[in-house]
Amino acid sequence: MNYKDDFKMLNHDLIYFDNAATSFKPNSVINKMNGYYNNYCSNIKRGDYDISYEVDKEYEQARDSVKEFINAPTREQIIFTSGTTNGINMVVEGFFKTVLAENDEILLTKSEHASNVLPWFRLANNKNLKISYIPLNEDYEVTLDNLKKAITPLTKVISLAHVTNVIGDVRPIKEIINYAHELGIYVLVDAAQSVPHMKVDVTFLDPDFLVFSGHKMVGPTGVGVLYGNKMLLERMEPQNLGGGMNENFTTHDDVLLKELPYRLEGGTPNIAAVIGLGAAVKYLSKIGMDDINEYESNLKKYLVSKLIQIPHIDILNIKSDSGIIAFNIEGIFSQDVAFYLNKYNICVRAGNHCAKALKEETGVTNTVRISLYFYNTLEEIDNFIELISDKERIMKEML
Amino acid sequence: MEEEIKREIILENNSHPFNKKTINDSDFITANANNSSCIDNINLYLKINNNILEDIYFDGEACAISTSSTSIILKTLIGKNLDFINTFILNYEKMINGEEYQKDLMSEAIVFNTIYLQQNRKTCALIPIIGLKKALQEYQTRKK
Repeated sequence: MNYKDDFKMLNHDLIYFDNAATSFKPNSVINKMNGYYNNYCSNIKRGDYDISYEVDKEYEQARDSVKEFINAPTREQIIFTSGTTNGINMVVEGFFKTVLAENDEILLTKSEHASNVLPWFRLANNKNLKISYIPLNEDYEVTLDNLKKAITPLTKVISLAHVTNVIGDVRPIKEIINYAHELGIYVLVDAAQSVPHMKVDVTFLDPDFLVFSGHKMVGPTGVGVLYGNKMLLERMEPQNLGGGMNENFTTHDDVLLKELPYRLEGGTPNIAAVIGLGAAVKYLSKIGMDDINEYESNLKKYLVSKLIQIPHIDILNIKSDSGIIAFNIEGIFSQDVAFYLNKYNICVRAGNHCAKALKEETGVTNTVRISLYFYNTLEEIDNFIELISDKERIMKEML
Repeated sequence: MEEEIKREIILENNSHPFNKKTINDSDFITANANNSSCIDNINLYLKINNNILEDIYFDGEACAISTSSTSIILKTLIGKNLDFINTFILNYEKMINGEEYQKDLMSEAIVFNTIYLQQNRKTCALIPIIGLKKALQEYQTRKK
């Protein structure tokens, strides 16, 4: 498939391999957002005039589109956030702050993104909680066996990425959730790197909370989704108190909040972005998430098959299933590789990719990361491989 | 200076940097330098007595430009007094930013005189300066 007609960004002289950071946006998303700003720009939940009726309809249709996209049982379980980071912070501060007590244990891994680590650190410091890490196997992956060994009687919550952003391993999240629930342990899933690339069915997976961002899935920046078990969402303390989330108030002891999902969406939201996200999930659904996943998997296999033939390249995550490849070139700092590729308009990311604890597991402090999406092509990979194969040339041109 | 020679000097300082060693000695001031927009992360170790930089080392992880600029600047500044070092810093920063500067002060650091043409490399060449400024400030605080 050629997506050049759908994405203006694909018509620039660029090879974009940094999709784990953010994705390009199709015309349908951009036009939908412009449509809001140009034709019915007004606030939600007003309803006294035609364009405000229109914006309510579009905003809530976006919620329905997202509900359908992740197969949530009800629309009340779709809370719009500003992104994954916001979603995790809302859950940690709004739910676990009240639910967890001193000495309770939180299980993470060393390959989590900063946004799934730092909110827990703060809560642990404030409430005297314990943070432990599920050991990773030799491929830096989480296995159900390792998880079982890491759980103690004090474990109250497991917070994990579905797909990690450096190793790109797809965690056995369904098995993890089932096992945790048998023991009464909560599970928060950071799905920022999975929802854009595969079918994620929350009714099937049944996580307690699952969060993701719009901008990594051809949607706009500044919007994300918090999905939660309805009973737990009901118990969540809203972090944003103010307009749009209260039913009525008189004095400090007489405040009536709205029902879900509005109770957790205080203040005027990023309306254009929410509506844009609705268009994004429609766009992805039209292509089909299973087709996207299969295409990316084939691209990744092709890329790995080429990379392993190059002697000066060390791949960190040769086995992982997602479209993420982290590697280094012997004797060349990752950032120099990225600068070299930039000279040929190839966008890759060098660094620790916000997973700063991962180096303790891998012994590698930073890598070059390629993260693919459905609009990348075999030709782009061939171009990249040609540039990366010649070490002398990299040494010569990297400055 | 020809581009080819500049390139060779930079690469040579990247693969064999001057005084790259971790120092654990309380006579030395340690200063970390990193930049949020890139992944360079170096430590500088300075021994300053009577306003003279008697000894200086660095360690850490950084790209070719950061490593070589640190190496070259260490070579240039070792044994110099703080007045010279402050004047050097000022002029080096001007050179990196593409402004007028005193060429005769730069010695080998002149190899970075066209770095301003690559915006994304400027921060790399300024990494050692971030560390130096921190260390000099620390020296002044300790003196008081």
